[in-house]
Amino acid sequence: MEGLVDNMEHILDVKGLTMDFGGLRAVDSVDLYVDKQEIVALIGPNGAGKTTFFNCITGIYNPSQGDIRALTHSGAVARLNGLKPNRVTERGLARTFQNIRLFPTMTVLENVMIGKHCRMKAKVLGALFRDKKTRAEELKAANESYDILEKIGLANVCDEQACNLPYGDQRKLEIARAMATEPSILLLDEPAAGMNPQETVELTDLIRQIRNEENISILLIEHDMKLVMNLSERIYVMDHGQKIAEGTPIEIRNNPEVIKAYLGEDMDA
Amino acid sequence: MDYMLKSLKVAIWFMFLTFPVVVIKVNTIENVVIWRWHNMFYMGISIFFVSMVWRYFLQRKEMSGKKEKTDEKTFTQSIMENPVMFKSVSGGILAVLCVLPFITDSYQINILTVALMYIVLGLGLNIVVGLAGLLDLGFVAFYAVGAYTYALLNHHFGLSFWIVLPIGGSLAAIFGILLGFPVLRLRGDYLAIVTLGFGEIIRLVLENWNDFSMGPSGIANIDRPTFFGMDLTLNQSTIYIYFLMILFTIFTIFFVNRLQNSRIGRAWLALREDETACQAMGVGKTRTKLMAFALGAAWAGLMGVVFAAKTTFINPASFTFLESAIILSVVVLGGMGSIPGVILGALIMILLPEYLRAFSEYRMLVFGGAMVVMMVFRPQGLVSNFRRKYSFHSADTDGRFGR
Repeated sequence: MEGLVDNMEHILDVKGLTMDFGGLRAVDSVDLYVDKQEIVALIGPNGAGKTTFFNCITGIYNPSQGDIRALTHSGAVARLNGLKPNRVTERGLARTFQNIRLFPTMTVLENVMIGKHCRMKAKVLGALFRDKKTRAEELKAANESYDILEKIGLANVCDEQACNLPYGDQRKLEIARAMATEPSILLLDEPAAGMNPQETVELTDLIRQIRNEENISILLIEHDMKLVMNLSERIYVMDHGQKIAEGTPIEIRNNPEVIKAYLGEDMDA
Repeated sequence: MDYMLKSLKVAIWFMFLTFPVVVIKVNTIENVVIWRWHNMFYMGISIFFVSMVWRYFLQRKEMSGKKEKTDEKTFTQSIMENPVMFKSVSGGILAVLCVLPFITDSYQINILTVALMYIVLGLGLNIVVGLAGLLDLGFVAFYAVGAYTYALLNHHFGLSFWIVLPIGGSLAAIFGILLGFPVLRLRGDYLAIVTLGFGEIIRLVLENWNDFSMGPSGIANIDRPTFFGMDLTLNQSTIYIYFLMILFTIFTIFFVNRLQNSRIGRAWLALREDETACQAMGVGKTRTKLMAFALGAAWAGLMGVVFAAKTTFINPASFTFLESAIILSVVVLGGMGSIPGVILGALIMILLPEYLRAFSEYRMLVFGGAMVVMMVFRPQGLVSNFRRKYSFHSADTDGRFGR
C-alpha cells in the first residue's frame, strides 16, 4: 500500500474514520490531520470515542470505514488501515496508553529497548552465535535507549524494575519507550492523568522538548485543559463519536458547541 | 498465643477428621473393632506442631514482604555474577559429572541421564512457559513426535540416530508451529486447555493408528546411537548416551541463555508481561509466539529422539499427560524463566523419587504437599529470575554482553 504518492504534506491524515461495534457507532466519520512538528490535541468528554479513535489509528481495531495515511521516514505515504499494531509502529506511529502498560518486571532500560525491537534485525542464529553484527546492534540499541532515558530524566534508574518506579516516572517511561521506536508522530493517550500540578508542568516542558529537539509531531488526548491550552497548536473536539469542532486553543475556548458538550445545554436557551 | 489457640483448634479438627481412618480398625475375621487411641494422640500432636511451624513461616513471609527490596543478592545470583565463581562452580560440577561413570554403576548413570534429559526438556518448556508466558500443558506431544520420528525412520528405513536427530528436532518444531497457529489468539486458561487437548490428540493418534505407529504395542528394537560407526555394548552405550546428554545439556543451557538475553528473548518477556503494549511497541505477536512454540518444541523433539535411542522401545504409554505435568512442575518448581532454577527443579523432581524409592508409596503425597508449600511460600520458584544489567557507552564495548 505504500507509495501512493499524492504529495502529502501532512504527517498523519485521517479521512472519514468510522468505527462500529455491532450497532454502536463509537467513531463517526472523523477527519483529522497532523502536520510536521505540530502538537495537536484531541479532547472531549468521557466516552466521546477518543481512545477508540487512537486504537483505530494504531491498528488495535480495524476501522469500519475511512482512510488513514501516514508519511513514513522514507517519505512514502503508507495506508495504515487494517495493519497490525506492530506494522503501524514500524511505519512511524508510536503510542502510549491511558492506563499505564509497561512491562513491570523488566528493567527500565529493557522496557525502552523493546521499543527498539522493530528497528533491530537479529534472528535466532544471531542470538546463538552472537556475531559481530548482532553485538554491535545490541550495543547500539542499549546506547540509544540509554540516551533516550537521559533525555527523559530516568537514566539514574535504568536498572530498576519498571514496577518499582513512582507513578509519574512510569508515565515518562511509557513516553521514552514509545520514542525508542523512532516515530515520526507520537500519540499520547492522557499523559497527564493522575499527575500533580508540578509533574504536569514538567510533562508539558518534556513534550515541547520532544517536539523541538526530536522533530516529532505529537497528537495527544488529554483532559487537563491547562496543559492542552498551553501546549497544543490545534485542537480537535469530539463528542458522541463525532468531531464537533477544530481550531486554535482560543477558537475552541469560545466555541459554543464545545461549551455545550462539556457543560450541557445552556439554561436560557 | 493466638497461634497456639488456632493450632490447637486445627489439631482437634484433624483428630476428628482422621478418626475413622487412623483410630478404628476392623478385624473382619474375628469380627472385633480395634480402637487405636494412641494414633489419635500422635495425630493431634504432629498436626499441632505442623500448624505452628506453618504459621510461623507464613508470618515471617508477611514480615519480609513488608520490608521488601533489600538489595540483597541471592546465593545463586552472587555465583552467577562473579565470573570466577561461576567458572569454578560449573567446572567443578562438570568434572564430577565426567568422572561419575567410572566410579559408579550403570544404574546411577541411567538415572543421571534421565535427569539430564529432564533438564533439557525443562529448559525447552521454559522458553514457552517461563519466557513467553504461554502455558503449555501438551508439551509431551513434541517429545512423542521426536521419539516416533526416530523409531519409525529407524524401523522402516534403518536411518541412524545422528541423521534422525535433526529431522526429529525440526519435525517437532513444525508441529510446534502447527499448534501455535490456532492458539495465537488464546492466552491463560484457554491456551492451557487447547494445548492439553493437542497433547492428548497426538497420544491417541499414536495409540489407535495401528498401521502407522503400531498402536499400543509400540516399536521395539530401535538402534542405539553408534559411535563413529562402531557398535557398542550395552554398558558402553549407556555411558556414551550419558556423555551425549552432558554435551546436549551444556549446549542447551548455552543456547537458552543467549536466547533470553537477545532481542528475541526480550520480546518474549515483553509478550509475557503485556501483549497489547508489546505489539504496540512494534513486536510482531505472531512471529514471536510461533518462534517460542517452535523452539520449545524443537528441544522436546531432540530429547524424544534421544529417549527412543536410549530405551530402544517406545509406546504411547510413555507420553501421557503425567509426563507433561512433570516437565511443567520442573519449570514451576525451579522458577519460571530461570535457567539455574529449571536445572535444580529437574534434579529434585527426577533424582529425589529415584533415591527415595523406599518411600515410593508416599510419593504423590509428598509431591502434592511440596507443591502446596511452594505455591504459598515461594510462588516464583526455588530460584527466581533476575534481570541482567546492560552495558553502554562506558568502558568495555564488547564486555558484559558475553555473559
